[in-house]
Amino acid sequence: MALSTGEGDVFVMVLFYAYSAVLVAAALGVITTRNPVHSALCLVLAFFTSAGIWMLIEAEFLAIVLVLVYVGAVMVLFLFVVMMLDVGVEEQRRGFTRYAWLGWLTASVVIAELVGVIAARRVGVDATQAPAPLPADYSSTHELGTVLYTQYVYAFELAAMLLLVAIVAAIALTMRRRAGVKMQEIARQVAVRPADRVRIVKVEAEKRR
Amino acid sequence: MQPLLDFLALPVVQSTIWILVVTISVILAVAFSVLFERKIIGWMQLRKGPNRVGSLFGFWPGVFQAFADVLKLLIKEVVIPARANRVLFSAAPIIALVPALATWAVVPLSPELVIADIDAGLLYVLALTSTGIYGVIIAGWATNSKYAMLGAMRCGAQIIAYEIAMGFALVGVVMAAGSLNLGEIVRQQSGGMLTWNIIWLFPLAIVYIISGVAETNRAPFDVAEGESEIVAGFHVEYSGIAFALFFLAEYANMLLISALIAVFFFGGWLSPFDGYLPADNWLAQPSFLWLGIKLSAFMFLYFWLRATFPRYRYDQIMRLGWKVLIPVTLVWIAVEGVMAYCKVGPWRVAG
Repeated sequence: MALSTGEGDVFVMVLFYAYSAVLVAAALGVITTRNPVHSALCLVLAFFTSAGIWMLIEAEFLAIVLVLVYVGAVMVLFLFVVMMLDVGVEEQRRGFTRYAWLGWLTASVVIAELVGVIAARRVGVDATQAPAPLPADYSSTHELGTVLYTQYVYAFELAAMLLLVAIVAAIALTMRRRAGVKMQEIARQVAVRPADRVRIVKVEAEKRR
Repeated sequence: MQPLLDFLALPVVQSTIWILVVTISVILAVAFSVLFERKIIGWMQLRKGPNRVGSLFGFWPGVFQAFADVLKLLIKEVVIPARANRVLFSAAPIIALVPALATWAVVPLSPELVIADIDAGLLYVLALTSTGIYGVIIAGWATNSKYAMLGAMRCGAQIIAYEIAMGFALVGVVMAAGSLNLGEIVRQQSGGMLTWNIIWLFPLAIVYIISGVAETNRAPFDVAEGESEIVAGFHVEYSGIAFALFFLAEYANMLLISALIAVFFFGGWLSPFDGYLPADNWLAQPSFLWLGIKLSAFMFLYFWLRATFPRYRYDQIMRLGWKVLIPVTLVWIAVEGVMAYCKVGPWRVAG
């Protein structure tokens, strides 16, 4: 929380509140808009503005990776699915009353937790001191890389292996060879020689009658 | 007078001025590269290309063609289809344009001039180029037309596929430079043409150039537009200045990819004669001139490709991206690691 420490950081404060306002509005938009595509786009906006807020607390690596991974890849695929499915509004609202109690339960738990964090003085935000802002030439990317490849290298490699296993599993579960599908085999196409396809026939010229 | 000078010396004002300078330069460069493209393709097809609008004292007939086109598009009506989603339909061109211009912030234009000299510059580039796709898919969906939707789908799948190859190619660049800062990547290549990354990372450079063409949806990978099959793809219903904004975004992206190819593999603003001529010779000095020449050469490559190759078939594009380019990058990253470990080549990897 480098926001509150500097004296002349009015600009940072203004940015923080502007981003927060947009973030809250976008997050509300995700759950209130009727159209699922609008919802997904609101979520994209929410990711973008939270990246902006992370930028303000000098976590530029995390902010950029948030945009790169969630906005650039995950949400694009998500948006695709939503656009392709073409979910009707009526169909979507059908289970509303049935699942409403679950929604309220989850929401109240989250709200209770948030209030707990803010209200409890001992464990709340006041108890942890804001770290001093780091100098401008400090690079969180560099620091993160150093820590990731020295101190946490095993955990990092383990996570990478888990992801690899997940990819292989996903492909193994979804890939099936259907019989009778007409597909080209590029290797066979490349390997074709003219002699296999064309037969040159020498026709004797006929005598004119 | 003094207060004005003081105001102009403020860092915020200085950055704003530089942002404006770079943005306007990019937009003007787009105008002239459109002319460049039409002339080049005209000559390749034994035509004259645009040769009517404007001439500077009888020279360069057609030089103002792009400005005439923009004027025509400005006064043309923007038609919004009746069943389109009005808000998203109007927002899509802007969403397409913003990342194309914002990425220029981290491109080192000369040894001194870069708007934001940030350490995670390369990640910033990757993050913003990956958001460029939103303009296209939102346009395709908001138009509420089959052809636009098909174009958006094609474009999305293609960009996601080639982004991976692009990112992997850049992993090799980062390994060679030991930094994510674009200025640092250029500086690590100094020492003459033979230390540019293109020499040691040749396969990665080829992969990057091909994926760059695919990322910008240019021929021979322009299936998102595919005018012979799906009319004009995602911007089929766009007219007037809304169409012009898509056009601007596409060309700004092409200029950006050209500049990035130069920065990552061809030494950016470094002179090719560096190390061969005496250091005080102006030809050996690093400057914007060299970046400009390299950038124009890659723009020419774009137009050359467009005039030469027929359009790829869609499944072959996917095959090329996933089954050819990505394995090539993976193999070369391993080769590069072995070379760096055995101290072969000019690697600056620490340790």
